[in-house]
Amino acid sequence: MGPYVIRRLMWTPVLLFAVSLITFTLGRFGPGDPVQIWMGQYSNPEVVERLRNQYGLDKPFFVQYGIYVKDALQGDFGESFQYRGRDVSELLSNRIWVSAQLNIAAMIIAVGLGIPLGFFTALKQGTWVDTATVSTTLLFMSVPVFLTAPGMLIVFALWLDLLPTHGWGGFFDLRIVMPALVMGVPGVAFLTRLTRASTLEVLSQEYVRTARAKGLHEFSVRHRHILRNALIPIFTMLGLSLATLVTGTFIVEGFFGIPGMGRLAIESLFARDYPIIMALTLIIAVAFVTANLIVDVGYRFIDPRIRY
Amino acid sequence: MATEERTAIFETPETGTSLWSQSVRRLMRKKVGMVCLTVILIFYAAGASAQWIAPYEYNAFNISEIKARPSLSHPFGTDRAGRDIFSRVIYGLRTLVILTLAAMLTGFVFLGITLGLISGYFGKMVDAVIMRVGEVFLSFPDILLVLLIAATLKPRVTQWVYSIEGATGIDGIVRVGIVDYVVIFGAMAAFSWVGMARLVRGQVLYIKQSQYVEAAQATGASTMRILLTHVLPNVLSPVIVVVSTGMGGLVFTAVVLGWLGIGVQPPTPDLGRMLFENGNIGVLRSDPHLLLFPVAAITVLIFTFNLLGDALNDAFNPRAR
Repeated sequence: MGPYVIRRLMWTPVLLFAVSLITFTLGRFGPGDPVQIWMGQYSNPEVVERLRNQYGLDKPFFVQYGIYVKDALQGDFGESFQYRGRDVSELLSNRIWVSAQLNIAAMIIAVGLGIPLGFFTALKQGTWVDTATVSTTLLFMSVPVFLTAPGMLIVFALWLDLLPTHGWGGFFDLRIVMPALVMGVPGVAFLTRLTRASTLEVLSQEYVRTARAKGLHEFSVRHRHILRNALIPIFTMLGLSLATLVTGTFIVEGFFGIPGMGRLAIESLFARDYPIIMALTLIIAVAFVTANLIVDVGYRFIDPRIRY
Repeated sequence: MATEERTAIFETPETGTSLWSQSVRRLMRKKVGMVCLTVILIFYAAGASAQWIAPYEYNAFNISEIKARPSLSHPFGTDRAGRDIFSRVIYGLRTLVILTLAAMLTGFVFLGITLGLISGYFGKMVDAVIMRVGEVFLSFPDILLVLLIAATLKPRVTQWVYSIEGATGIDGIVRVGIVDYVVIFGAMAAFSWVGMARLVRGQVLYIKQSQYVEAAQATGASTMRILLTHVLPNVLSPVIVVVSTGMGGLVFTAVVLGWLGIGVQPPTPDLGRMLFENGNIGVLRSDPHLLLFPVAAITVLIFTFNLLGDALNDAFNPRAR
């Protein structure tokens, strides 16, 4: 296990280097010079020259990249173009925290409902419960956010008048319920199917038969022998599902008027505010890489059979 | 006696009993799978022949019929400019058909399968490089990178195509929107190849050790021949399953990009943009048909792709049942 973990840890900085270089190159490839965009039509060549110098834009590409990375490592992603004079990191920190809370809520819903549901349908394999769950989950996996979001709005806000429709008030506010549900539902469906499949796999194993044969209580067979082993493959999928959640964040925040990073990213795109998009891309990439690292390394601890 | 035995061994097997035809026959027997396949074909055919099928021009607005409810002359009603939503959905499907097919062919089939075959068969440095590059792509938040690509590269590509137009005298490449399509499906393909390459690589690693590959190598078959006639056919069945569910994902990505406003630019109809324009509670309250018909079209398409994936999995992966 040792060499594998060390190799992974050594590879991670290289990965982040590649990611940051690609992001930076794309950002610099943007149409027009950032300074020209700031100045608009009142560009005075002297001022442009001074600003270029001030922001280091007249330096060679790789020097600029070096400076960017050095600053980024200290949490400084430069200044936003659209909100003049405000630091990207200051603008982002709030937004990312909001989106993170939303993602955590969605994750809790997905894991909390999906795993038990998948486990119990697997135990009921072949009955109508199983068939009904399998087809319902497939339907819920296919329904795009564009339908569930307005659907929830109709049911919970228009008809039942139970939940507020718009805005943000933190993790323990009613306004988080609908967006978190919308983001969580596909996750519930996905995890149900995954848990069902992996439980079925474990059910046919001989150690389960052995456990039953030696007279263990059904409860302990289910939890100690079946569930624990069925959860192993699910653990690896959790890292990947982070990516799906991030995509969902963009749309859901638009629908429910949540001031998270998704909305900021879209605003920034249309304002050609590259520093913000670059910083967001980098921060999320770091989150992905870290999550995958934890999952890959953690997998070896959970399942000692894996060897490299 | 001996000759008889030999002829018995070398007798060609009855036609139609190969793993492939068995799988196809298993699929044909599945009603769900066939229904899904039919629905998908209808959607794609409708999209591909939009200009002949759609009852109205996508831009033909009619001020006297604004936000009309569904009726015989407008099956899905009309939108806020009095344009026929049914026709616009069909034209939106055309955009979707072009984007998903192009991304599937370049991302899954061309890049994914080719790189997976190369990576798995040659191993060593080639394998390491391809897999590491794939990992870099997987580390990006795909939507954000596509946003960045669309925002930064598209103007460059557009300029470049304009200069080609100027140099060659061919007119209207940009106006038709080809640049939009190319940038978008290119960005989609850039992300879809990794999963496919990993899948194919894993299969190839397994098949590489089989005796028939060894036999082919021993008889001096070229690498190309081994890859195409011995390895490729045997990795195809999981590939087909993944392509089907992956197409559902590509449809979703294309719609999300349109929704974000970086899809195909108006006036060309785009389902994602239609959802964006009508995706609020006010529209739902007063004119739900503006939102519900486009959403229904997308949902049905993604659902049938996923369902078909399940049916294909049963037919082509008998072990998974």
